[in-house]
Amino acid sequence: MSADLLGWWGVPLAVLAGAIRVSTPFLFVSLGECITEKSGRINLGLEGTLVMGAMSGYAVSYLTGSPWLGVLAAGCAGAVFGILHALICSLPRVNDIAVGIALMLFGIGLAFFLGKPFIQPQAPNLPSIPFGSWSDNAQVQDSLRINALFLIGVVLAPALLWCFRNTRWGLILRTVGDSADAARALGYAVNRVRLFATAGGGFLAGIGGSFLSLSYPGSWSEGLSSGQGITAVALVIFARWNPMLCFWASLLFGGAAALGPALQSVGITQGYYLFNAAPYLLTLLIMILTCSRDRTLAGAPGELGVTR
Amino acid sequence: MRKQRIVQVSPVSIDDASARWQDILRSGAEAVAVPLLAVLGALVVFGIFVSLAGVNPFETYNLMYAGAFGSWFSWQNTLTRAAPLILTALCCALPAQLGMVVIGGEGALVIGGLAAAAISQALPDAAPLVVQIAMAIAAMAAGAAWIAMAGGLRHWRGVNETIASLLLVYIAIAVFNHLVEGLLRDPASLNKPSTPHIGDANMLSTIPGTDIHWGLAYGIIACVLAYILIYRTTFGFGMRVAGGNVKAARMVGLPVGRLVLVACGLAGASAGLAGMVEVAAVHGKANASLIVGYGYTGILVAFLARHNPLAIIPVAILLGGIGASGGLLQRRLGLPDATVLVLQGLIFIAILTSEVLYGRLPWLKKVKS
Repeated sequence: MSADLLGWWGVPLAVLAGAIRVSTPFLFVSLGECITEKSGRINLGLEGTLVMGAMSGYAVSYLTGSPWLGVLAAGCAGAVFGILHALICSLPRVNDIAVGIALMLFGIGLAFFLGKPFIQPQAPNLPSIPFGSWSDNAQVQDSLRINALFLIGVVLAPALLWCFRNTRWGLILRTVGDSADAARALGYAVNRVRLFATAGGGFLAGIGGSFLSLSYPGSWSEGLSSGQGITAVALVIFARWNPMLCFWASLLFGGAAALGPALQSVGITQGYYLFNAAPYLLTLLIMILTCSRDRTLAGAPGELGVTR
Repeated sequence: MRKQRIVQVSPVSIDDASARWQDILRSGAEAVAVPLLAVLGALVVFGIFVSLAGVNPFETYNLMYAGAFGSWFSWQNTLTRAAPLILTALCCALPAQLGMVVIGGEGALVIGGLAAAAISQALPDAAPLVVQIAMAIAAMAAGAAWIAMAGGLRHWRGVNETIASLLLVYIAIAVFNHLVEGLLRDPASLNKPSTPHIGDANMLSTIPGTDIHWGLAYGIIACVLAYILIYRTTFGFGMRVAGGNVKAARMVGLPVGRLVLVACGLAGASAGLAGMVEVAAVHGKANASLIVGYGYTGILVAFLARHNPLAIIPVAILLGGIGASGGLLQRRLGLPDATVLVLQGLIFIAILTSEVLYGRLPWLKKVKS
């Protein structure tokens, strides 16, 4: 086999590599949203949080020279947005979906405003681990260069699942999400639990954003995110609020998003723009198949407004 | 005996009537005062924000006023921008009567604009009026189908309409790019792929004596029609009942599915018309300039107007003014173009937070009997 030409075999390889690359932001945002929704609230603002995380991660990485500090800063920016969401939602008569939309627009606007000076300079990117060094093929090597953040996400998903099922914190979180009244009767401060859950969700979504600007595509621009945040919110519903299913769903979506560029790389350019719609179409189809008119979804937190 | 009783009752009912009037006045004043307070609060936070960015806030306010409402020129700019905002705001406000949060106006606008540009190519020799009517109908039909999809999914499959409509925005943009880069592309448009120009004769004219195109009138007419539909017809009453309690609406036999589909269809038609107006009055062709976020600002307009179609008109003018002043802030103060987005986001957050104030403003409190 020649060194750089895999022919048609390049397509599944590119889809796999693309799935791993593209899925990382989906993975982090959906895990974050999973925590938030488990507490009985939906945060639609994660699209804004994602963009804000991408911008602040890139800016801090550029200013300090350390991409990991950038990741931390992105997480903190996301947590601040989560706290803002939780605080506004804890006021009486305020609708969490509407607050999410407001924070989505605000986050995108703020990121564009503050990110203007960082569009040109190149910040240090996150390191990748070469899993493909056994192969002589450059394409294989390139495809298996897996980012460290993805690996963190791989560990995080089962860890979260375990926490939900087996820890005191997980139990409190699920109680608050299933019945705020029961949690109150047990003496838990519902709003405080939701504050922590939304802040934690924002933290993870911010990290997901930093992956966009620090690894793939790897620079900050205003067109960086196109709906990954909102797709990830939908994905959590499809994954039935299960972190491990979130992981598999993210891979699936990453693969769908990578299909267009993968086909382009072997010379099929027709319908390139239509393939951009693939992840959204897939999300919509899956939501059509999994939702139901009459009953609430199995596993849905009882307090969650979005499924009722 | 009977007569006496009536005499006794009547003074009470006069008191009741005056109390009711007071109540209407009070709630009316509250409906104006609370959003105003929210906008003022957002402006104060925005002032702090720009002063942190090293710009004098009062100079900013001043320039914003000048850019939005300071001269006849800026008024025309503001009103031109308000036209699509009115129409996309209706896209959010109509389904809101049914308790639905539809945020996909941008998608219907994009698809509507594309449909309008496409149909104008199919009618090369028709009279301008025919072309314009065909463009409006095509845009409204395409937009209606787009948002009705979200409504139908909600009704038949229980899919959350907020997420579905937003996903449809991205699908609409992908379809738009596919066609504008391919089948409908004007070979002469090299740097910025566009559809061919619709032809100067087919462009919407301006309102006599101004530079404002007729799209503004379309928007105002649509708002008045929507107001009549919601508050003066049985259909609108049904919508509001279903929005209050969908189970009760089903119980009394209201056709909830039809209400949802028609409301979403009208909403989408309205946003689609916004796309047609942008193509036929501003750009002359469909290209990336169409996708500038009018759909998203429209959501803010609808929320700020509390989904009341008549209130949408002044609110859209206010937000159009903020948009119009963006260019001036950029040129004079060196602020980035996203400044306007930051202010819009702040206003959105403030307006939602201000929900708390209803019934709590000290000078507008309900008189307890």
